[in-house]
Amino acid sequence: MNQPHEQKVPPRLALAHISKSFPGVKANDDVSLSVGRGEIHALLGENGAGKSTLVKILYGVQQADEGSIAWDGEIVSIPSPKAARQLGIGMVFQHFSLFDAMTVIENIALGLDEAVDRDVLKARVAAILDSYSLPLDPEREVHTLSVGERQRIEIVRCLLQKPKLLIMDEPTSVLTPQEVEKLFGTLRQIAAEGCAILYISHKLDEIKALCETATILRGGRVVASCDPRTETTRRMAELMIGAELRQLERAAGDRAGAARLAVAGLSLPGEPPFGTDLEGLSFEARAGEILGIAGVAGNGQSELLTALSGERLAERSEAILLDGKPVGQLGAGPRRALGLACVPEERNGHAAVPDFSLAENTVLTARHRLPLAPLGVISGRDVLRFTDAIIKRFDVRTTSPAAPAQSLSGGNLQKFIMGREIGQEPGVLVVCQPTWGVDAGAAAAIRQELVDLAAKGSAVVVISQDLDELLELSDRLCIINEGRLSPPRAVASYGIDEIGLMMGGIHGEAGPAAGAAHA
Amino acid sequence: MLEWRRRREPSSAMLWLSPVIAIALTMLLGMIVFTAMGYDGFHGVESIFLRPFLEPQRWADLGVKAAPLVMIALGLAIGFRANVWNIGAEGQYIMGAIAGTGVALATYEMTGWWILPAMALAGVLGGMAWAAIPALLRVRLQVSEILTSLMLTYVAVQVLYFLVRGPWKDPDGFNFPQTRMFTADQTLPAMMEGSLVHLGIPVALLIALVAWLVLERTTAGYAVKVVGLAPAAARHGGFSAGTVTWATLLASGGLAGLAGLFEAAGPFGQLTPQFPVGYGFTAIIVAFLGRLHPLGIVLGGIVLAATYVGGEIAQSTVRLPQAATGMFQALLLFMLLATDVLVKYRIVWKARAA
Amino acid sequence: MTPEMLVSIFMTLVAASTPLLLAALGELVVEKSGVLNLGVEGMMLCGAVAGFAVAFSSGSVGLGLLAAIAAGVATAMIFAVLTLSLTANQVATGLALTIFGIGTSSLIGAGFVGRTIERLGPVFPAGLSEHPLLKAIFGHDIVVYLSLALVLAVSLFLRRSRPGLILRAVGENAASAHAIGYPVLAIRYAAVAFGGALAGLGGAYFSLALTPMWADRLTAGRGWIALALVVFAAWRPGRLLLGAYLFGAVMTLELQAKAAGVTWLAPEFLAMTPYLATIAVLTMMSLGRRTGRPDAPACLGKPFSAS
Repeated sequence: MNQPHEQKVPPRLALAHISKSFPGVKANDDVSLSVGRGEIHALLGENGAGKSTLVKILYGVQQADEGSIAWDGEIVSIPSPKAARQLGIGMVFQHFSLFDAMTVIENIALGLDEAVDRDVLKARVAAILDSYSLPLDPEREVHTLSVGERQRIEIVRCLLQKPKLLIMDEPTSVLTPQEVEKLFGTLRQIAAEGCAILYISHKLDEIKALCETATILRGGRVVASCDPRTETTRRMAELMIGAELRQLERAAGDRAGAARLAVAGLSLPGEPPFGTDLEGLSFEARAGEILGIAGVAGNGQSELLTALSGERLAERSEAILLDGKPVGQLGAGPRRALGLACVPEERNGHAAVPDFSLAENTVLTARHRLPLAPLGVISGRDVLRFTDAIIKRFDVRTTSPAAPAQSLSGGNLQKFIMGREIGQEPGVLVVCQPTWGVDAGAAAAIRQELVDLAAKGSAVVVISQDLDELLELSDRLCIINEGRLSPPRAVASYGIDEIGLMMGGIHGEAGPAAGAAHA
Repeated sequence: MLEWRRRREPSSAMLWLSPVIAIALTMLLGMIVFTAMGYDGFHGVESIFLRPFLEPQRWADLGVKAAPLVMIALGLAIGFRANVWNIGAEGQYIMGAIAGTGVALATYEMTGWWILPAMALAGVLGGMAWAAIPALLRVRLQVSEILTSLMLTYVAVQVLYFLVRGPWKDPDGFNFPQTRMFTADQTLPAMMEGSLVHLGIPVALLIALVAWLVLERTTAGYAVKVVGLAPAAARHGGFSAGTVTWATLLASGGLAGLAGLFEAAGPFGQLTPQFPVGYGFTAIIVAFLGRLHPLGIVLGGIVLAATYVGGEIAQSTVRLPQAATGMFQALLLFMLLATDVLVKYRIVWKARAA
Repeated sequence: MTPEMLVSIFMTLVAASTPLLLAALGELVVEKSGVLNLGVEGMMLCGAVAGFAVAFSSGSVGLGLLAAIAAGVATAMIFAVLTLSLTANQVATGLALTIFGIGTSSLIGAGFVGRTIERLGPVFPAGLSEHPLLKAIFGHDIVVYLSLALVLAVSLFLRRSRPGLILRAVGENAASAHAIGYPVLAIRYAAVAFGGALAGLGGAYFSLALTPMWADRLTAGRGWIALALVVFAAWRPGRLLLGAYLFGAVMTLELQAKAAGVTWLAPEFLAMTPYLATIAVLTMMSLGRRTGRPDAPACLGKPFSAS
């Protein structure tokens, strides 16, 4: 590793032996990699492989415990994001650092290190939007924009500083296929102008299409480095996951029976300030089937989940039928008692109380169907028995049932939450993003449990942004966009580009029209 | 150099130790501040914090002052757990006393065992009614209960002034602004011959026990905690934040009202403009000192009662003004909030990397 | 009513509004940075007593005002250290600050009860204020003009300047501001200090200009009303000016009614009016904003820690 380079020009960026620990985990362990000028370099790995930590170190958000960073051949220290920007490093975060109540131009101004006159800034922004043909209105408030448009703000913000290295952290996780294509075009143009790009992702197809080098991380270590254009997708997947994926086992044939959950004309205004209105949603989930609901984040998924769970009530009781019974006006408790269980996307603070122990967390949603609190008095013994059963059956890695929920890793907490709901044997289970942020092994186990639950005659509804997951799991699929739902169809009847277009809906490039609905 | 490290789990040892550390720090800081202001700091703090416990003749007074503090703080703590910030307990305390006194004045000519319970009931309802206003405004209109409950305290004080100077003024009282003295049937029976110790003390302990069981063992207590810790999770679990807000405000208002009535029908025996002594505000400190836990609050109530009793001692021993008590109490709350950080973080010694 | 009387009422109104305006303006900036400091009343009291003590001892009202500002900042720093550095609960700490302010001011002020000083006088020469109308314009003391100038300055700062933009960003989304590289805690420290300075000055206006003397709990809950005014103003300085003068008018009305010997309403009910008006105003604000996005900074009251 220490041999002198043969190239005359040193690489733009060279990381050597970077290590970083957090309490209980070693997020980065002896990571080395280098990126040249104009190169699009992929950093590939699963959730939790250490990609985000590595780029945070690179961008000065966190400091490495060990190792060095060389920039154009010189060892540098990057104590802050500002220092990173001064070197010429720009970063587009996975979760955008945007200020919803402020305008696009104010957001861009905030991203600059020095004060720029408002009119000068406007002109420079207009020039960049023009030369990369990015449509964006500088005077709009951010909360009226689509996710793709928000990402453009971040990109413009970086480009204004003429970066020499651009870091993209999971940039496509919230984009439609069409928006992804558009983004790739922009990135290629940026790279062609000499800027290096570090592209972080776990999506193999994208990396094959875009990148010329890939560094693969697993468990915080570099496991391989390759040329993704020549390497097979299968080989990269194996390197990334490190184990054979378990295939879902399911009985063949059409298993769907009677409708257990029937939603008819469900409309609900979005919660202020930035919620999406649900407009006339209708679908049925039948006994024995898994119904997938695809869509880009922020199109009404969380609103749909809270409307089904009873956290928000429908305007008509008949809008939601559970086993033929109207439940639209019933609260969350009574709906659970009747057999409708829901798992929201956000684990900490929505599906579970972070400060409560696992045992206490079972009481949150299981007290209606299981005798955990007869006459309002909590029975510690029964609670503990149920908690132990969940921990065993779902292989939840925890010190004890008394451990606070926040001490569990994301994947383990998700297993616990899924176990808590499935353990109540619900007639209908609605889950949002069941495997988000969960490692591959746990994700496979969770999917298997969903399949098994459906096989027992329950109806399962999976709301997810992960198309691969939906295509694998679902019997039928529908697409949610701008609070409207397409009629469910058998998964096999879709083409992937068709799904992409439907997910895009009226979003896409017609930016102003999409925003006008909220204004 | 010293560095804060976030603990993976909150430290349960520190949960109980930090109030002790806070008390120790307050004593130290109190000595420094009082000395700096030209008083005998050491004996000042000794008078405030130690004398009340060391002198048996003060114990009765300690109990009498702790009882209302504990009662009010229990109600407040339940609310604080649910993120309901009723800081107008002083007003509810006054309104409870006023409602109970109303019953006393109406039954002035009567006798019977039922009069005192009727006054107590009126006290609870009076406090509840005053707390119902912020509850209604918060649940229906999302108006911050912090500001409304506090504003209502100022209003309650004026109502009290109006009554004792006007319609309720003792006709035989030489025009002093105060009500008639309560009759024997309207006064709390003394628990011990010749002392001020009254029924309020066992009642406060009983309420603490009940509050503890409800918080720890029932779904109602669970609802309070979950609404405070994770409102979205509470909604997901089918708990209504509105119901919890109503329940906690009514409970804290009712308890403050009862405390007010006990004070009026006990140590005071009538209503005067000097009736509001700030127990409603001091109880906030009691609630935090007791870590919002009913049993901790009993201990916290005794500590804060000691600062009142000891403050009086310090006035005579080292001529410390009465206002020093208030500052001392606030210092204690500051130290509590500061040492709270030890529950979530630990201090580590870290050598600077080269 | 003669012009002289009208002007006199107007002068009372301006004087009554000024401490509210100052304290609320400071709190507005604090809240814009995402911090909720409920200790305004405590900071005002500390400012009031420090101002009076120094003015009485030194004989200079100007020094008194400076001391009040310093005292306001000092008490605000207690709040800042606890909530920002030690991530203590902001509501509880704000309450503690108020209890602390009441106790401390009463302790320090014990030696000054009953003493009087010369009131803070008009800033312009008396010759300018002979005509009633001119008096209404030129007859005020320096703090009044300062408070009005500060409204303009804060408004421009928040809307036009880059530091103001950053301050708003910190209050809107502290995590993002931190991610971009802005020193969230330092900015919040500065905002809290500014809030303390104005609260201290507002408190001193009671003891040096309005009464002018010291009495326990001199500010009588004005700090809490200032907090309500920020909500009323929807976090906009211009509306804050309107709100503060509206409340000044309510209080002037109360004084006028007392002076005029209104008998059909007991004085106690008159004394309630500012507090009842506050509740009424909060309620009306709430009714008015049932729809649309909230005006409050999104991170208001939420603790932030960088790790």
